[in-house]
Amino acid sequence: MKLDSKIPDGPLADKWTKHKFNLKLVNPANKRKYDIIVVGTGLAGASAAASLGELGYNVKAFCFQDSPRRAHSIAAQGGINAAKNYQNDGDSVHRLFYDTIKGGDYRAREGNVYRLAQVSVNIIDQCVAQGVPFAREYGGLLANRSFGGAQVSRTFYARGQTGQQLLLGAYSALNRQIANGKVKMYPRTEMLDLVLVDGKARGIIARDLVTGKIESHSAHAVLLCTGGYGNVFFLSTNAKGSNATAIWRAHKKGALFGNPCFTQIHPTCIPVSGDHQSKLTLMSESLRNDGRVWVPKTSRPGLKAKEAVNIPEVERDYFLERRYPSFGNLVPRDVASRNAKNMCDEGRGVGSGLAVFLDFSDAIKRDGKKVIEAKYGNLFDMYQQITGDNPYEVPMMIYPAVHYTMGGLWVDYNLMTTIPGLYALGEANFSDHGANRLGASALMQGLADGYFVIPYTIGDYLAGLSSEKVSTDRPEFKEALEKVNATLNKFLSIKGKKTVDQFHRELGLTMWDYCGMARNAEGLRKAKSKIQQLKAEFWQNVNVLGSSTELNQELEKAMRVADFMELGELMVDDALHREESCGGHFREESQTPDGEAQRKDDLFTYAAAWEYKGDNQPEELHKEELIFENVKLTQRSYK
Amino acid sequence: MKITLKIWRQKNKGDKGSFKEYKLDHVSPDMSFLEMLDVLNNELIVKGEESVAFDHDCREGICGMCSLYINGRPHGPQQTTTCQLHMRTFSDGETITIEPWRAKAFPVIKDLIVDRGAFDRIQQAGGYVSVNTGGVPDANVIPIPKKVADEAFDSAACIGCGACVAACKNASAMLFVSAKVSQLALLPQGKPERKERVEKMVAQMDAEGFGACTNTGACEAECPKAISLSNIARMNREYYGASFTSYEVVAKGED
Repeated sequence: MKLDSKIPDGPLADKWTKHKFNLKLVNPANKRKYDIIVVGTGLAGASAAASLGELGYNVKAFCFQDSPRRAHSIAAQGGINAAKNYQNDGDSVHRLFYDTIKGGDYRAREGNVYRLAQVSVNIIDQCVAQGVPFAREYGGLLANRSFGGAQVSRTFYARGQTGQQLLLGAYSALNRQIANGKVKMYPRTEMLDLVLVDGKARGIIARDLVTGKIESHSAHAVLLCTGGYGNVFFLSTNAKGSNATAIWRAHKKGALFGNPCFTQIHPTCIPVSGDHQSKLTLMSESLRNDGRVWVPKTSRPGLKAKEAVNIPEVERDYFLERRYPSFGNLVPRDVASRNAKNMCDEGRGVGSGLAVFLDFSDAIKRDGKKVIEAKYGNLFDMYQQITGDNPYEVPMMIYPAVHYTMGGLWVDYNLMTTIPGLYALGEANFSDHGANRLGASALMQGLADGYFVIPYTIGDYLAGLSSEKVSTDRPEFKEALEKVNATLNKFLSIKGKKTVDQFHRELGLTMWDYCGMARNAEGLRKAKSKIQQLKAEFWQNVNVLGSSTELNQELEKAMRVADFMELGELMVDDALHREESCGGHFREESQTPDGEAQRKDDLFTYAAAWEYKGDNQPEELHKEELIFENVKLTQRSYK
Repeated sequence: MKITLKIWRQKNKGDKGSFKEYKLDHVSPDMSFLEMLDVLNNELIVKGEESVAFDHDCREGICGMCSLYINGRPHGPQQTTTCQLHMRTFSDGETITIEPWRAKAFPVIKDLIVDRGAFDRIQQAGGYVSVNTGGVPDANVIPIPKKVADEAFDSAACIGCGACVAACKNASAMLFVSAKVSQLALLPQGKPERKERVEKMVAQMDAEGFGACTNTGACEAECPKAISLSNIARMNREYYGASFTSYEVVAKGED
């Protein structure tokens, strides 16, 4: 299979404009003859569904939550980047492009990333027009902040709830189209398979989570906007329901999976408090602007936050400031995470042993409690609510947690997967963040894909497709539906001894230990065999009670965990094959003499795209060479 | 900690439902309330009993999916969402009663899960600014005084969980509806449609069967996002203003 990224030729800055002109259009009167399925209603899905409805297409939108407004985009805190240069501080489309390519450790496509930077400015205009209440200056114009170590202030924000406000904006646009009858919304409905007719994506099989009814839906194109797969690790900052089922089923139907091992581990999360832990809570990255990260110089097992204040300055190791004097506590996420892990591996972790301190005492001394409260009050309150410790008096404890997956379905410049008519948007695709995503760029990409890319590119595909509808009575639908039914009944018939969550936790631990912040060949091989064993046990010993014709949350989880296991194995394969360190992927065998990530550009300057070859068969690797014409590949350095 | 739970179990919408008692012996004070329910569910499944169905998703207090009426208060004893409530708030040996939201407009689907679709339909009736994607002015063309923007934000912080309805003796949705009406009435972007919006949203709210507001303020007291009662006052002003100057609006589904 030859992967064609369909990046237009010509100068970088002209590619998108030229491409838009070359794309075929669907006559306004004909748009109403085409049906589009959108799965997922986060930033990417809601913005796409609303925009396509406005254009005149008939949209069916699906989400597993009780309302489209609940999608996990809502939890994004920090902000959204845009190259507006409102601050006159030297920002530009090219600089945002450059920062994103470099931040991704040169494992993303130039063409896609440049387009992302270009449309970033339109996103802010759109959101403001919808009534999104961004932070403002006293003069009434929009405020910006610097975020995630960026050297310009290009991040727009709405207190610590930017994701919420952007999603509610997209949700309102979606609601308007629902009211207009252009979008039909299916809440509490989960996609369980993709249906292909003549090799093209023509529909989905979905389960009504309230009645348990399995239904077929046909359309002319299918958009998967279902987010990332961080929940493979069981513990992550993702919502409990976030899952990979839609993209994984599409993968099994022929869509290639891009860079599955690229996972972002966020450095500032609240540590695990016990075996009961169900998810991890992120504390915004902005805390590192004023907090200092440290551990004791000598091992102090079980050290509590209350005792930390008694440790004299000379016995503290501010390890980020020591190792990275120029960036200090503001090094990128992957570097900060790995260093925290190293300290804990050395036995210098605090609390449970898997935590480091994030200390605000110097900032409070310098600026006063009032200033710190104004900046971080809500985060401090949240921390106290969860841990019972007061961060104004004692240092916070933090530890890295799985946060975002840069990998996802492989897509071309039009966001189409390797299945004609199947698109992937937002975190569900692999396209723009390379091996590491910059802070405040996830919201940007989700909305760019939904508002400003797909409305153009989908027309080009539909213009070449007959508007004739396919019937859900066709054998392709019936076969897929029966298969879904059989899988559901299989779960219910096993009647084993272990709960779905127990399997999921075991999978997560294996992934975290061997395919987390640091990976090596031996560990990855071990992980692979462990996952295979676990998978085999799962299909013989899982216990799912109840029936498939009612609301059954255990059954929902079982479907998702079965897919997580298969995807976890592919992540391990991908991590094993990429014998270099880049971005969030750190192979212990590939590091510089002082322990930093070492890329191998001569061998691995490509996107890995994996092809499913059947149950329990090894997947086939395809490579899309990455060509850099506008940036020079350099080693990242934050010393 | 040892905890006794009295939980509302109801097989489906048509079932009558009743309380059932469960005991948990090893509850850690560091557990979140929902993690405590996870532990219960795990034990139930191992014993061959069906788990308790409850809504939850982000577990960080922002998606609005979790609910639960705990010891007679929506989201329990603190002014947070249930997912942010931790077991250290309760004492050893305590009996905790857990019910679903109780409101005619929020029918029970199963156990502790209710249908909040009415909230979506109210938003669909007018909770938006009618702009299409593209063709909008530059973001800084519309200056908005910081004070106004901050106030609009305070209203926009609503997470749509429904605690206000559950707290109200009349099951009124005024706080929820007024939060969106206020946000868009305050901002210049929302002004062109403000009359039509408030009338349509209020009409839909009434059509859904929510009760009337008698200004007891229970909604504000229980709101996990501190949405203020002043939103209701603003909505009343908006509504009366609109009803004198605008046309008659018919609720969705009746026209």
